[in-house]
Amino acid sequence: MREPILRLENITKVFPGVLANDQVNLEVQEGEILALLGENGAGKSTLMNVLFGLYTKDDGAIYFRGEKVNITCPKDAIKLGIGMVHQHFMLIDNLTVAENFILGSEPTERGLLSLKQAKKIVNQCSKEYGLSINSDSLVADISVGEQQRLEILKSLHRGAKILILDEPTAVLTPQKVEELYKVLRDLKSKGHSIILITHKLKEIKDISDRVAVMRSGKVVGVHETATVTAEELAELMVGRPVVLEVTKERQKTGERILEVNNLHAKDYRNLTALNGCSLHVKSGEIVGIAGVDGNGQSELLQVLSGFIVRDEGEIIINNRNLPRKFAQKEVYDCGVGHIPEDRMRMGIIADFTVEENLLLGFENDERYSSRYFLKKDAIHNRAVNLIKEFDIRTPSPLTEGGKLSGGNQQKVILAREISKNPNLLIAAQPTRGLDVSAIEFVYQQLLEQRKEGKGILLISFELDEIFALSDRILVIYGGEIIAEFTRSEATVKEVGLCMAGVRRKSND
Amino acid sequence: MINKEKQPLYHKFRNSLIQSVGKMADPIIAIIMALLVGSIIIAITGDDVLLAITSLVLGAFGNMRSLGQSFLAATPILFTGLAFAVAYRSGIFNIGAEGQFLVGAIAGAYVGTLFIGLPSYLYITMVLLAGAIFGALWAFLPAILKIKLGVHEVINVIMLNKIALYFTNWLVSSSGPFRMGSTLPATPFVCPSVRFQPIFPNSPMNVGYFIGMVIAYVIYLIMWKTKGGFQMRAVGHNLYAAKFSGIYAERSMVKAFMLSGALAGIGGAMEICSVFGRFYAGFSPGYGFEGIAVSLLGNNHPAGIIISSILFGALKTGAMRMQILAGTNVNLVKVLQALIIFFVASRWSLVKVISNYKEKKRRLKTSDSSLSKEGGNK
Repeated sequence: MREPILRLENITKVFPGVLANDQVNLEVQEGEILALLGENGAGKSTLMNVLFGLYTKDDGAIYFRGEKVNITCPKDAIKLGIGMVHQHFMLIDNLTVAENFILGSEPTERGLLSLKQAKKIVNQCSKEYGLSINSDSLVADISVGEQQRLEILKSLHRGAKILILDEPTAVLTPQKVEELYKVLRDLKSKGHSIILITHKLKEIKDISDRVAVMRSGKVVGVHETATVTAEELAELMVGRPVVLEVTKERQKTGERILEVNNLHAKDYRNLTALNGCSLHVKSGEIVGIAGVDGNGQSELLQVLSGFIVRDEGEIIINNRNLPRKFAQKEVYDCGVGHIPEDRMRMGIIADFTVEENLLLGFENDERYSSRYFLKKDAIHNRAVNLIKEFDIRTPSPLTEGGKLSGGNQQKVILAREISKNPNLLIAAQPTRGLDVSAIEFVYQQLLEQRKEGKGILLISFELDEIFALSDRILVIYGGEIIAEFTRSEATVKEVGLCMAGVRRKSND
Repeated sequence: MINKEKQPLYHKFRNSLIQSVGKMADPIIAIIMALLVGSIIIAITGDDVLLAITSLVLGAFGNMRSLGQSFLAATPILFTGLAFAVAYRSGIFNIGAEGQFLVGAIAGAYVGTLFIGLPSYLYITMVLLAGAIFGALWAFLPAILKIKLGVHEVINVIMLNKIALYFTNWLVSSSGPFRMGSTLPATPFVCPSVRFQPIFPNSPMNVGYFIGMVIAYVIYLIMWKTKGGFQMRAVGHNLYAAKFSGIYAERSMVKAFMLSGALAGIGGAMEICSVFGRFYAGFSPGYGFEGIAVSLLGNNHPAGIIISSILFGALKTGAMRMQILAGTNVNLVKVLQALIIFFVASRWSLVKVISNYKEKKRRLKTSDSSLSKEGGNK
């Protein structure tokens, strides 16, 4: 084997109480795409942050082209030719592409900032790597895919030979993912090495040459991608066999539980966000809404939960016609459970204990409170039961909600919402940021609810998720449902085209 | 192997121990640091540091008389502290305790002059209740403006503080209706039955502070044991999530704001019963604002506020003696208070210092062990 361009030896990183990286060894070859696979908290981001100089390692050594190097800050890493594209882009929205591009290494002309020069650099760079980008547009106005391209270009311009990409496909449509793959393959052929942090197995099979699997701070296996199956990788990652395929039996659907007709609403900027959105959910079915972020999903959810007052249209839940203005509580009184899209902002109160978080929305229930006082024992017992039933991993019911992992927070929310025994369950991004075993759990719970004859409205940006769970697939675009598929007739390509707004399809 | 598995548990226990001790030590260290820096200031101004500090401590706790004085001084800020805490925990920044305190005080003073011959306990209850009601009403204004019109409470409440100050001043001015023949710009004295009696000989201490402690406990119960309190805290911690769970956040906020105002109002009325017996122009030397510091120092928790209010009361009382005996400046105590707040606010944390130190030590160790590979794990 050739001398690797980068070798990590016995990297150890300790956080108070957590061994995030435990003597990790890893090699990166020149011109390869190495996938770093692992669940949340497995230590992959920590490892890459150590490599990029954002964290200082506690032990171990990094060798670059066989030479031991000392990386203490991102500047060192950049100097060596290591670039990182974070999951959340480090871009400034109200600056132009060119301005963002030169941040940190501004070209000057007679001591003054030269934007002309900047544009020239961007155009030159974009030509060199074949990545087209408009240097004049504001970052706020370009698509997520373009923002990502800008980040990649920025790293390359700074001389990155090794490019670290943290969950690069999380924000992209299937078509855009293909484009990204093409870019990565191009870079690879030019001799760049790419480290891809991901927990999506499909991605790894699609693009990587080798895959390193991390579990609880250790590398548990490095394989040639071609020689392993997705199932084997999943098992390595989780440490036990995982059921990836969702199996669900066909079942009869009942009457309409949710009916939304011709919904019009504006977003917080007072721009039209929902433009005649109509849909319905029957009991016993999962209806998935696919779409690229920002096409009215958030607003639909907010109208349904009473945060935005609609301009027009009808909402009927369990045969109750909701008035134009209604309080959040009225929705729940109609028999709705809601898994919110933003866990930390809407679902969990970080400073409240798990017990208190589970109580939210139940504090008026006479099982848990008398006229004024809370019933401490009943609340505690309920919490203990739900923790057991939903397998919430928490040191105690009195641990603060903010201290749990994302997956366990989501379980707290699931436990709370499902224990409302709702007829309609709205699940928005139910697995966002979760690892494989947590995702598996969420899927099981949703399917369980379906089996019990509940209607489920699923909104997700993960097309795989929509396909895995839905009985019917709707596509939202520009605040409208522009396509409807039954699960059997839907293909990723068709749905993808609808998501991009290229095609419409109605189901009659 | 066994050793390896045991270690995390032991570490966990030790860390939680350090943390809980650290929590208590936090304010104490802040006080010590404040005293240290204060001593330097005393030394710079050319006074005797040792004499100053001892007279400060003895002046606050030295005998029954000064002890009683300290508790008297602690009473109003206990109430304004509680007022701030209740609002703060509910997501409202009530810096209007000053105004609510004044309104409560003058309401109490007025009610205290109305009836003669009522039994003491009943009359005092009425006076305190009057304070609570008017304090709450004064807080209702910014609350309703906040939820109906979205005006931020801080702005309204600052203006309402001024209005309360000048309005009450006017009420007892020569043309004001509450002057009622008094020679000073003040209300007449309240009925004797409204005033607290000292409970010990040789000490001005009365039941005021103890009533305050009971009320602090009641506030604890309300905030942590009732569903109303649960909802208030939910709104305070995460407005969006609280709303999302179906809580009527606006109602909750109004309740919290009025409860906060009521507490400040009781504080004002209590001051009538306990110390002055009448309301006079410029009644509060800034108790409302001091309450913010007291509450923050006490971690916005009733138990903490009981302790921090005594501390601030003691500082004030001790400062007088320090001024007389050591000749320090009148404003030195304010400097000390400011220093305490500064050190608390700057999160001077024992835990942090210890863990930083340990981190350093551990790093040194690991770099040692990387030299002699097997040496580390013992």
